[in-house]
Amino acid sequence: MKLGLCDGNEALARAAFEAGCRFFAGYPITPATSIFNTMLNILPPAGGVVLQAEDEIAAMGYCIGASMCGLKAMTATSGPGISLYSEQISFAIGSEVPLVIVDVQRLGPSTGSATKGADGDIQFLRWGNSGGLPVIVLAPVDVRDCFALTMHAFNLAEEYRCPVFLASNKEVALTRESIDWAGIERPIIINRSPPPSHESFLPFRPLADRDVPGFLAIGDTTLVRQTSSTHGVDGYITTDPAAISAANERMSRKIKNRVDRFSYAEAVIEPEAKTMIVTYGVTGRAARDACRELKAAGKPTSLLILKTLWPVPENLIRQQAETAGRVIVVEMNLGQYERELRRVLKDKSVEFLGQMNGKLITPGQIKEAVIG
Amino acid sequence: MASLLNKNRPPVFCPGCSHDTVLRSLDRAFQNLGLQGNQIAMVSDIGCSGLFDTFFNTHALHGLHGRALTYAAGIKLARPELHVVVTMGDGGLGIGAAHLLAACRRNLDLTLLLLNNFNFGMTGGQFSATTPPVASIGSGFLNSLEQPMDAGKVVKAAGAPFVARASAHSKDLPQLLERALRYEGFSFVDVWGICPGRYLRRNKLTPQMINENLMNLDSLDGSIAENERPEYLENYKKIAAQLKPAKSFPQIEATWSPPEFCRQEIVLLGAAGQRIQTAGETMCIAGLTAGLNVTQKNDYGITVMTGPSVSEIVLSPESIHFTGITNPTIIIALAEEGVNRRRDIFARLDSKALVIQAAGVEIPASDDRVISLDFKGLQIKKADWALASLAVLAAMNKAVSREMLDAAVNLQFKAGVLEAAKALINKTIANSKDLRL
Repeated sequence: MKLGLCDGNEALARAAFEAGCRFFAGYPITPATSIFNTMLNILPPAGGVVLQAEDEIAAMGYCIGASMCGLKAMTATSGPGISLYSEQISFAIGSEVPLVIVDVQRLGPSTGSATKGADGDIQFLRWGNSGGLPVIVLAPVDVRDCFALTMHAFNLAEEYRCPVFLASNKEVALTRESIDWAGIERPIIINRSPPPSHESFLPFRPLADRDVPGFLAIGDTTLVRQTSSTHGVDGYITTDPAAISAANERMSRKIKNRVDRFSYAEAVIEPEAKTMIVTYGVTGRAARDACRELKAAGKPTSLLILKTLWPVPENLIRQQAETAGRVIVVEMNLGQYERELRRVLKDKSVEFLGQMNGKLITPGQIKEAVIG
Repeated sequence: MASLLNKNRPPVFCPGCSHDTVLRSLDRAFQNLGLQGNQIAMVSDIGCSGLFDTFFNTHALHGLHGRALTYAAGIKLARPELHVVVTMGDGGLGIGAAHLLAACRRNLDLTLLLLNNFNFGMTGGQFSATTPPVASIGSGFLNSLEQPMDAGKVVKAAGAPFVARASAHSKDLPQLLERALRYEGFSFVDVWGICPGRYLRRNKLTPQMINENLMNLDSLDGSIAENERPEYLENYKKIAAQLKPAKSFPQIEATWSPPEFCRQEIVLLGAAGQRIQTAGETMCIAGLTAGLNVTQKNDYGITVMTGPSVSEIVLSPESIHFTGITNPTIIIALAEEGVNRRRDIFARLDSKALVIQAAGVEIPASDDRVISLDFKGLQIKKADWALASLAVLAAMNKAVSREMLDAAVNLQFKAGVLEAAKALINKTIANSKDLRL
């Protein structure tokens, strides 16, 4: 067998290229910079474009412009950059611009610690936009996920015409590990759908049964209008409450109602277990060890590692938690995603284990929480 | 050529607004150039200048306040054949100043029209980056405290190769805009106009006064010789065409057997400049040559050449999940900075753990096996201690064998560095007995 040595950021960038990404703009920030570096190695010789933006707001603007011209575009930053991305994220959501946005989380608040890991942006990614429409957030556990989920992220961005976030973490992004490239399954590449050719083009008219508008690129023969303002199907400003609510409800529905199709997760359900660990990101790795050791010690514990965080994969969570009476949510913050579990699993006892000190949560800490 | 104005959406500005004359001048310039609507992308943002994109039958993108130049650059880079025209107000000039400076420095082929009417029209006539301090505006006395900026001067200083200033009411405006559109590079036209809805309520400003004010400034009428240079994308393509494609992932064949079939947790504690991360990588590659799973987690400061440098490596025949260090099997202590960064791990060492310590580096007392090595006595430089320590492990057949280490450096280092690394390994192993104090 042949094995490669790679970190999460490099795998993510390579996957972006394989998914068809041909435009990257970013502003340097630890621990996301090596995504920029890798894209700079890959894209220009392959005919793509990499731009070093003057700030994070610009990085998003460049990507929005390029995406509206039909290119698959990506940007990468960390928490302080997501803060600056915010207004453009709202634009990309409300104007249905396909984009992949990587947040390599580092310890906050604020500029925090550049080289310490955290999962502190999980609610921020969901709610850091004006209007509060749903977003898709995927969270990689390891290098393999950085590759596979990035390919999925591009597919989802194309299929649903929306920004898709990869909630990485310094501990996944900059930790190198052995990887069997031959063993990675790649999804079939999805590209945004054009509108039916027999209809006159309306930039925000949804495709039949899709809740997603057909896409034509700025620069093609047919004129395309894009706007950040409240618009009707024709892309012009509207004040008609019926048109406005139809558009907003459609944009909410197109993602929320379809989350079962992209509820990525890893579950090890022990039939006799009363307790289930629910976690995501790098903590999933410690949880795997903890559950293995607990089983060996005669205390089988179920494990659910969520890789789709938003929209909350409620059906999947309920299904996997069916036999568990007690759920422990483990995350590298002081309690963010646990509130979703409390909401979804009202009839269960939901406990929380977390810390916000730049250190990995250990298998020992998780075992202790289970045993009590 | 026909007008590109949108017949279904006739221009609507406040009566007497200069924007209307600029809109018609731009349309005239498009016609003079013989352009079709789908050869143009109009990019605008918030404010009255943001109405422009709806009044033309062209591709259009209307975005956030002050960010129009960012979308425009994305569009131009993706679709170089388009004429990309940006309209921005003096509000956008202030809030988007960073993007304006970047556009000037970059020299991508965009045309920017600054619709400069000296106040925020839409929100009540507050002062902008160009409002005169003597004007009476919607921000009380605040504008009297700030100096307006001369946008033309600023963009010229920032490197824009085409800079012009004109009155919205100049009959030559279509020709000036045509020149700006034709210019292959970033072109900027500062168009001075009148806002009857807000500014004129409390201030006097006429086309005649605008002309007089413009006359008092140095003329800016297009090409700036000192800023002339190749256009960004042309240059970009030229350089990119010379670049070699990115290398594919190196893959390492499992050739050797590891000396031990158990999880090894190895911690290298050193200082910046000691090639700690490189040695960590060597260890990982060595593991791969024996088909082991590996992880490497590094910890170092943001500054370079100073402070601690730590590398944590796990080698295991099993899948590695948790990447942290729980039960270190080997600690290599090469500098106090690194030891201090991970003091806590010495407390939890078990009796089987091995500690390799460079002579003179103090470590917390523990019951494990400590080997102190006199690298200085062997005349090995500090920067080589990490690799030399791996050679000691290979000599002991601990975690890494000699074959694995040799194979790793062969894969890792290029000619030149490789010979030096091999010589260092040979020398360390030949003297491994003498190294012990």
